[in-house]
Amino acid sequence: MSTLSVRVWRGAEQGAFQTFDVPRHASQTVLDVVTHIQRHLDASLAYRFACRVGMCGSCAMTVNGVARWTCRTHVDAVAKDGAIELAPLGNLPLIRDLVADMSLFFDKWARARGQFHGTRSRHDEFASITPDSPARREVDAGIECIGCGVCYASCDLVSWNPDYLGPAALNRAWTLVRDARDVAGAERLRAVGGDAGCHACHTQMGCTEHCPKRLSPTAGIAGLKRALARAVLDGSL
Amino acid sequence: MRRNDARARNHPAYWAFLVHRVSGVALALFLPVHFWALGQSLQGAAQFDGFLAWTALPAVKFAEWGIVVLLTAHLSGGLRLLALEFLPWRDWQKTLAAAAAAAALAVGLAFALAL
Amino acid sequence: MSVRSESTLWLLQRASAAVLAVCVLVHLGTIIVAIQGGLSAVEILDRTRGNVVGLLFYTTFVIAAAVHAPIGLRATLGEWLGWRGASRDVVLALFALGLATLGLRAVMGVFG
Repeated sequence: MSTLSVRVWRGAEQGAFQTFDVPRHASQTVLDVVTHIQRHLDASLAYRFACRVGMCGSCAMTVNGVARWTCRTHVDAVAKDGAIELAPLGNLPLIRDLVADMSLFFDKWARARGQFHGTRSRHDEFASITPDSPARREVDAGIECIGCGVCYASCDLVSWNPDYLGPAALNRAWTLVRDARDVAGAERLRAVGGDAGCHACHTQMGCTEHCPKRLSPTAGIAGLKRALARAVLDGSL
Repeated sequence: MRRNDARARNHPAYWAFLVHRVSGVALALFLPVHFWALGQSLQGAAQFDGFLAWTALPAVKFAEWGIVVLLTAHLSGGLRLLALEFLPWRDWQKTLAAAAAAAALAVGLAFALAL
Repeated sequence: MSVRSESTLWLLQRASAAVLAVCVLVHLGTIIVAIQGGLSAVEILDRTRGNVVGLLFYTTFVIAAAVHAPIGLRATLGEWLGWRGASRDVVLALFALGLATLGLRAVMGVFG
């Protein structure tokens, strides 16, 4: 039986890495490893998970320097010389050990006007959106975002610009900008533009590279940039 | 708050960004010097010739070549950005980044051969 | 800076980039051809002095560069040096003016 050497961040902003030796198995995920540590080696370890099948995004953390879902990461795919390093998601304040505070991530979601505003009531006809309309196809992928925070944690602009809304919030705003039923478009554009908004993106594509659902916030952010440029040119901004 | 290190940045679009930014800053610093030097031509042909003699030095020629490479790198990186921001989205951004790098090398070579 | 101003800067940056793309390609091509077999001041200035097309072309080139460079630096200064606010914009506006002045002086010297 071989062993995996696992360095795990313990503590909060002040803390240190602690090393555990975990039995290595075939088809082992990083979530299996963390769970083993907490159940058999150190019950005080704090970490998050829920569905453990790649649907909820709760298990997101930094594995060997890269933000991933631990339930969807095979140890064999990431272990280097029989070792892995686990840390909480980047760009977010720490609560404890491997648990990051997601509040700011969701606050920015709200700040980017990520809420749908419609006008129809239950007494009206259903809105009709054809699946192959251009606007629909543009955001088809983007609506699949589950808000796991991996893109936010992978973005350098979030690190360099504390006010930057971030890829997830902007992607969400984009899906609403292209939603024909939504009526809060003008207000939303004003919320997502500027130095803390889409113009801060320099297309490094850390978000697109690391999104576990293979979404591309970069595409949505480019769309927001174009929408704002159009609004400047036609005077509506 | 944990910050990312190089491990999270090891992908083509990041390198393309870095090259684009560094080359841009270098060019922004070079440009005033370039303009000032050409302004010397106002003093007449003799002054200009003196300046041109200086540009024949190998170190200066190498710097010139470097500037051309930076310029082409910045240009092709910029074209990549314009494509990403204005054209319909495709998944071949890595190809764009590679094409930009190739173009920079090609022009650098052309300039080196011409020197 | 307001969202409208930031969006305008973004638009100016892309527009000047498109102009510069054309200008740079022409410029590089011209230089590579021109430096074949060496050059002297008399040779260059003979060809350029009084050349109206050249004057117009390089004036456009200089103005586009004077717009493009400061806007590009703006993001770098903010993100890597933490320099934001009005002082950054004032300094960059002065840099733009300086670039334009030096550049147009050079254009007059070579093509005037």
